[in-house]
Amino acid sequence: MANNDSRNFPVVAEPEQKFSKARYGMIIDLDRCTGCGACLVACAIENNVPPDPPTSTERTGITPIRVYRADNGKSFPDNESVFFPVSCQQCDHHAPCVSVCPQKAVEVDPTTGIVGQIPVRCLGCRYCMAACPYHARYFNWWDPVWPKGMEEALNPDVSPRMRGVVEKCNFCFHRLQAARTKAAAEGKREIDPADYVPACVEACPAKAMTFGDLLDEDSEVSRLSKDRISFRLLENLGTGPKVYYRSEREWVRTLGEEVVATKGNVHG
Amino acid sequence: MDSHLVARGVKRASPGRFVMWIIPWTLILAIGLYATYLCLSRGLNQTNMDNRFAFGLWIFLDLSVIALGAGAFFTGFLVYILKRDELRAVINSAVVLGFICYSGAVLVLMVDVGQPLRAWFTFWHPNVHSMLTEVTFCITCYLTVLAIEYAPVVLKNRKLKEIPGFLVFEFELHKVMPILAGVGTFLSFFHQGSLGGLYGVLQGRPFAFREGIAIWPSTFFLFIISAAAAGPSFILLSTWMVSRLSRKKLVSENVYRLLAKISGALLTVYVFLKSIDTLTWLNRTAPGFGLSGMSFFLWAPFNVWILFVEIIVFGLIPAMLMLVGSGKLRLGWLVLSSSLVCCGILLNRFVMTIQTLALPTLAFDKFMLYTPSWQEVATFLFVVAYGTIIYSLSFRYLRLFPQETDLKQNPRRS
Repeated sequence: MANNDSRNFPVVAEPEQKFSKARYGMIIDLDRCTGCGACLVACAIENNVPPDPPTSTERTGITPIRVYRADNGKSFPDNESVFFPVSCQQCDHHAPCVSVCPQKAVEVDPTTGIVGQIPVRCLGCRYCMAACPYHARYFNWWDPVWPKGMEEALNPDVSPRMRGVVEKCNFCFHRLQAARTKAAAEGKREIDPADYVPACVEACPAKAMTFGDLLDEDSEVSRLSKDRISFRLLENLGTGPKVYYRSEREWVRTLGEEVVATKGNVHG
Repeated sequence: MDSHLVARGVKRASPGRFVMWIIPWTLILAIGLYATYLCLSRGLNQTNMDNRFAFGLWIFLDLSVIALGAGAFFTGFLVYILKRDELRAVINSAVVLGFICYSGAVLVLMVDVGQPLRAWFTFWHPNVHSMLTEVTFCITCYLTVLAIEYAPVVLKNRKLKEIPGFLVFEFELHKVMPILAGVGTFLSFFHQGSLGGLYGVLQGRPFAFREGIAIWPSTFFLFIISAAAAGPSFILLSTWMVSRLSRKKLVSENVYRLLAKISGALLTVYVFLKSIDTLTWLNRTAPGFGLSGMSFFLWAPFNVWILFVEIIVFGLIPAMLMLVGSGKLRLGWLVLSSSLVCCGILLNRFVMTIQTLALPTLAFDKFMLYTPSWQEVATFLFVVAYGTIIYSLSFRYLRLFPQETDLKQNPRRS
């Protein structure tokens, strides 16, 4: 399918790849995803996402991965549904959030291609949220508060974010740093790919998620990303996401690639 | 009681009447202040904005008041640069309105951002690629210019004028006024445009995204022209309203007619360019994303009617009325037309802010709406009350309309 297709759309041609070292990406097999939400929970625990206060809603809570359910619009027995886990798509080309931030609180790491958010520099203007076509950015509407005793279980590698700033998935960048530290301690220049896996990928019980370096020709992600059934969300916008989805079902691929074209088959 | 502060040769309402007028606005101001306090102390969870509707009523308000406040820069440009001396009759009022609009917008922005104390970060590590950086720089500079332009109007107060130092300072300020008007015009042009660019550059939001010239999307230019068109209309409307409320002739009728003519001419250009822009977007930009532009108008309540109302009812009709009828029609028609223009600018800013965010981009996502919380509405009204009080005080104690005394003595000249 059209995974590396830069299309013929006049507005949004994707340029040649400019990252030289690595380009981390993810493959999500939608035919395997059961929508269990283990990735959400793992992400929240790993990244010190506080529990939502009782007054929060599904539109104000922080879920760096959000699972959407959609169906093919047919009735029983032809009805089929699919779960789309959507996190930051780590746009490679003209990341919409990077160019709009007025104070450089969003940056792309040129050595990994990971789009990072710098909470301590964020003004909380939310322009990046308005710019993101994947709605994958979340604002801290409340002060982060953990139930008594639970703060003991916080991950020491990740700083909790304060009220009034935006956050999002960064492919568990702290795990990459830990892998680099380990490699350095062992006298190696390169990390062992097995040492850097985001929490959501690790937690997925259906093994629907695969992670790795897209530039590494031998990697599983590189191979799968070029598969005929792989595609990216909103491919036409030309933002070059590094999260790929896979499905044998054509209607699922069409649904993922389309821009706001259909109505009525969405369930949250 | 305060007659020694009121300008010579003009009559103002009795102090009691004035206080009665101010009290309700002060009450709204106080409620707004409390709502602002709640938002700043407890956080933006006091609003009904959410992760999808990251912008809401306040950004709509910001865009709207800055567009309406454009009358200040455009009148300054016409008076000091193009030497249209007839408009000196409204320049002071325009400056006060501009100051109110811009300072009100900055006040609300400070509540709207999650970390207001970090506002200076934009100046410290600015992202030069962001339209918001341009907006921040220009608005800050222009608000300073407006404050300096406001100063001589204040210093001309009957009592303040008695202080020789103020008089000299005011005289010196007058000398630099054309320079300030030039700087103000440049800054205004840029940030009005950047506010449009704010949405036009959003490649991830096909509804708002526009192609353009070099780094500027078409909305950059459309916002400049629409603001320049709405500014004079807002001055016309506000002058007429103040005139009706105070039951005084403030400017001669030809000033109203000139404002209408300028607004009508600019609005005609705007409607023409906006139509071309809409057609280009429908036939080129949207298909470039592989979709039909009309698909965005399938979602009630934002159907095609909104496009029709914006371009025809609030655009073409007042443009024609003012352009063709500025010399012939009765004043009431011109006031109605300028009201339509102001509604048009509000609707345009509403569409860019609210409709853009309401529409889903992912095909499996929902269309969403949002209703502002009472705290958002109260903060919105806070700005309205703040503006009304500042303007009322300025009207009472400063000479906002230089023609007023003359018109009082020679009513026929109106």
